[in-house]
Amino acid sequence: MVELLYFARLRERFGRDGERVPLPEGVADVAGLTAWLRARGEPWSAELAASRSWRVAVNQDMASADTPLRDGDEVAYFPPVTGG
Amino acid sequence: MGEPSIPPGLTDIRVQEADFDAGAEMARLRAGNPRIGAVASFIGVCRDRNDGAEVALMTLEHYPGMTEKALAAIVAEARGRWEVIDVVVVHRVGPMRPTDQIVLVVVTSAHRGDAFAACEFLMDYLKTRAPFWKKEHTPGGERWVEARAADDAAAERWR
Repeated sequence: MVELLYFARLRERFGRDGERVPLPEGVADVAGLTAWLRARGEPWSAELAASRSWRVAVNQDMASADTPLRDGDEVAYFPPVTGG
Repeated sequence: MGEPSIPPGLTDIRVQEADFDAGAEMARLRAGNPRIGAVASFIGVCRDRNDGAEVALMTLEHYPGMTEKALAAIVAEARGRWEVIDVVVVHRVGPMRPTDQIVLVVVTSAHRGDAFAACEFLMDYLKTRAPFWKKEHTPGGERWVEARAADDAAAERWR
């Protein structure tokens, strides 16, 4: 299983603050998981499109497309940060 | 050898709904530490206008766990770059109104250069790397604040 978390605009658009899903077959990194989420269709495909601005963290560290994923990871999707 | 023992510096990172008292934070750091020659601080405050709209209320959301981890990493990086004694970072979350304080950074050091630079660095990195998000409540409705290129540029200067 992977623990997915969504924050701010993405949390609102997806209508949930997170979900637990089995690590999809063949998904080995962030790029793979993102493609799997986009394949759900709207609003996932639009919000996580390459043209949109979003970030991803794995186990609470900023991650990139090639960050590997393993069973048990916490993966968070969120907009660029705006604190301070 | 014969030198008085050096009090260890304090790192205090807090994410909280409650307001803070900058004067009390600085007094606490200075008390009894004669090595401190400089105290630099920054307070971020909620404004009543942003991007041409009136802001009546702002709500700050964060990613509990990662926020503290990200702030600790930013403070560790600052400590590696400058001769810093204490660092306090307090960031509020939840609802805030214009004139409310949002964030406090205090840095103490022996000399002002380190305190000034570390304080500015901490804010620039906090704004671009710590997982906080602002939502503004305006007469036209609610809106998520967009990240600014100027903030990325400010953080980029320290590379």
